[in-house]
Amino acid sequence: MATTIETPRHITKEVLDKAVIRFCGDSGDGMQITGNQFTNTVALYGNDLATFPDYPAEIRAPAGTLPGVSGFQVQFSSGDVYTPGDSVDALVAMNPAALKMNLADLKPNGILIVNKDDFGETDLRKAQATSNPLEDHSLDAYRLFAVELTRLTRVALQELGLDAKSMDRCKNFFALGMCFWLYNRPMDSTVRWLDDKFSKKPLLAEANKRAMKAGYSFCEATEAFQISYEIPPAHLSPGTYRNLSGNQALALGFVAASQKSGLPLFQGSYPITPASDILHELSMYKDFGVTTFQAEDEIAAITSAIGASYAGALAITTTSGPGMALKTEAMGLAIAVELPLVIVDVQRGGPSTGLPTKTEQADLLQALYGRNSEAPIPVLAAATPGDCFWMAMEASRIAVKYMVPVILLTDGYLANGAEPWRIPTLSELPEIPVKFVTDPTNFHPYSRNPATLARPWAIPGTPGLEHRLGGLEKQDVTGNINYEPLNHEHMVRLRAAKVEAIVQDIPDIVPVGDPEGDLLIVAWGSTYGAITAGVNAQRALGKRIGHVHLRNLNPFPRNLGEVMQRYRHVLVPEMNMGQLVLVLRSKYLVDAQGFNKIQGRPFKQAEIEGKIEEILD
Amino acid sequence: MATATIPPLTKKDFQTDQEVRWCPGCGDYAILSAVQSVFPELGIPREKFVVISGIGCSSRFPYYMNTFGFHTIHGRAPAVATGLKLIRPDLEVWVATGDGDALSIGGNHTIHMLRRNVGLKVLLFNNKIYGLTKGQYSPTSEIGKKTKSTPYGTADRPFNPVSLAIGSEATFVARTVDVFMQHMKDTLKSAAAHKGAAFIEILQNCNIFNDGAWHDLTEKEVRSEHVVQLEHGKPLIFGKNRDKGIKMDGLELEVVQLGNGVTEKDLLIHDEHHPRASYAFVLAHMEHRPGFPTPIGVLRNWGDVPRYEDVVTTQIKDVIAKKGAGDLAKLLRAGDTWEVKA
Repeated sequence: MATTIETPRHITKEVLDKAVIRFCGDSGDGMQITGNQFTNTVALYGNDLATFPDYPAEIRAPAGTLPGVSGFQVQFSSGDVYTPGDSVDALVAMNPAALKMNLADLKPNGILIVNKDDFGETDLRKAQATSNPLEDHSLDAYRLFAVELTRLTRVALQELGLDAKSMDRCKNFFALGMCFWLYNRPMDSTVRWLDDKFSKKPLLAEANKRAMKAGYSFCEATEAFQISYEIPPAHLSPGTYRNLSGNQALALGFVAASQKSGLPLFQGSYPITPASDILHELSMYKDFGVTTFQAEDEIAAITSAIGASYAGALAITTTSGPGMALKTEAMGLAIAVELPLVIVDVQRGGPSTGLPTKTEQADLLQALYGRNSEAPIPVLAAATPGDCFWMAMEASRIAVKYMVPVILLTDGYLANGAEPWRIPTLSELPEIPVKFVTDPTNFHPYSRNPATLARPWAIPGTPGLEHRLGGLEKQDVTGNINYEPLNHEHMVRLRAAKVEAIVQDIPDIVPVGDPEGDLLIVAWGSTYGAITAGVNAQRALGKRIGHVHLRNLNPFPRNLGEVMQRYRHVLVPEMNMGQLVLVLRSKYLVDAQGFNKIQGRPFKQAEIEGKIEEILD
Repeated sequence: MATATIPPLTKKDFQTDQEVRWCPGCGDYAILSAVQSVFPELGIPREKFVVISGIGCSSRFPYYMNTFGFHTIHGRAPAVATGLKLIRPDLEVWVATGDGDALSIGGNHTIHMLRRNVGLKVLLFNNKIYGLTKGQYSPTSEIGKKTKSTPYGTADRPFNPVSLAIGSEATFVARTVDVFMQHMKDTLKSAAAHKGAAFIEILQNCNIFNDGAWHDLTEKEVRSEHVVQLEHGKPLIFGKNRDKGIKMDGLELEVVQLGNGVTEKDLLIHDEHHPRASYAFVLAHMEHRPGFPTPIGVLRNWGDVPRYEDVVTTQIKDVIAKKGAGDLAKLLRAGDTWEVKA
């Protein structure tokens, strides 16, 4: 609910419970930095938030063209935020191409800030615009603020002695300053960031600070907007918070798992969008004894990790879909030799190279079944950016406890999206006990822990434990090569039973919302936010809906089949052609129906609500 | 105070109870025997040895060595071994591989392991054929070779494994032959003494699918005419009567007849520590020219390159020394944070 407060100087200050803002421009315009700075500031203020960076696969498509448009959206609120928002309240468009690509998402009467200086004939031609939108009344439905961002930035920086190109690169901070004024936010955290980022180039720090302050002052002085907004802090659970993206959270989670297990962390990885940031993050944590190995290819990335696991490290490999395809044979090796390993798949649109920077959930069946022969692997999925931290720890815990490779699925939306994350104390972190075998008495490489069916972890260098591992079928207990028919069947069933045994660690699921009723939504991964928001809204209208968000996809929680029986309908929204729904239908003989979106973009809350209404109304 | 003396290791300590399943007469038996003889002489405790292999006849090797062993997947042994060495640089890791495993499916890992100079000893069993899959041509098979998969002869030009290794910036490159037992043992010992990546091509006979592939080099009547043994500091002499030598003029080699004014002083004196890789490359390529012998021995032994695993682990140690050991609670709270009060 909006309340209006009169502030001096005839500027209305409106209090809102939430707002969605999107910065868009050319990929050289610094829109990701601008969005991140705005996000950090609202996070520090105490708003709940969710972000959606959306950028092209091309590093620099020709400037000013439609394929070169990059965007960053953030929703921030005094209440709970589950999604970056279906549509935007304020759009900052740095050129005609950005305007054209993003205008459809701006709410009617929404605030539209454009850089007037970039609407010349050439700019319009590059954006394939037939007329100038600033003049042809096509923007009449919005509150348009056409500002000379380039000229005003140059004026603000004229004393610094920078060349025109360097000055123009600061105009995104002029726009950022305007937005800080519009939403009544302080500039100090961005000032700190600039000082830190450009500590060796103080002139650039100064230029960006001046541009930002000029943007802020411009609004103050010209009373351009006549209105500004205030979004009070959210009532998050008490604690210390930081803003965290999914890829950052994964990196922290693996470092935490390394510390809790006492094992050195090894990451074998080959750069691939959108997973590379995990490698960038972990390569900084050498003070935690982290070894990062940028391998020659995806196969060496996973096989080096298998070698490190053999040596007694907490070994991980991180990739996206095409890399998963290349790693499959090696996953089979890890299954056969029963060594712990975590394989992170940050999913993106496919097939083949597909949509490298866009999100999708279409690797689920690949994760579950995409290997030769009977090759079961536990599969986990993170639901939110912050959840990536906990799932990294959980995947590591399962891997070393059961001596298995584990696949952890995230996606591009989780990887780059950010949310406020309550920082846990060390005592809140799960224990990850690990014991290497050292006693050669009665040592057998494939003897079994009766509870977990895990074999002992016997690392090279331990006297008396010399033994041979390999991908050939082996006899249980001794590990000797064995091709006997009944032994093979025994080993196949044993490897499956070992993965099934993990169910003992998975708590029974409790649906959020109605414990029984008309509709159960079963989902996994990054659809969590949109579904939660949609279900909340529809339940507020009196509908009886439950929501189960699976983090364990193999094995499933024990009571999943029973829970699904408690509802008249089961709906499975997924960003794929219907992969989880296929598994649920075949495993539980339940008439679950899919709801599928394959556009490289996350679900919107409205889409979830629309589907719920279609089923229940 | 009595000090327990550990009895010295013997060849027997490195033999396993597993039945060796190579074909009778296979050259692999001699290689296994040589390695089992050399390992006890290295003064390294048995538990420190790890033998890693890929897929192929040669890759069964770890099962027959009573050390830690890992039979991995086709072509990937160098990558598995690299991961192992990065975590445990103290281990003595040997890789057993073949011409298909190392040069075809695993070519990428082979070249990158060599250019990184990972401290591994690589034994490449080169029999110029695919044995385990029963007789297809390999990347070292001679052009025109008729095999099961090339009934009209191969169209591929072969790799010369040692020149590939030299081109990959390998710091130790040698060649030996399965039937030259003493030479093989000496070569293995030289490799063991090298800190960085050591690449050894072992010419090996597959008596089932490619019998006699190396007869020109191994048969008593002809081998001295066809093989020149490289020894550091010694001239390159070959021939039944040790009457031929090799001269070097710039990058050009020439076979000369000794006598008539030509003496050993005119010949190329081998320098395995030669600072230029091009020197070793010229030697590696002589066998492709008519009238030239095939060199065996250490072609290149370049000790001045640090091991990859040492560089990586030193970097970690240096960061810890500079910044202190990481504090998890601090890491989680890094960057901008804010408090939400109850």
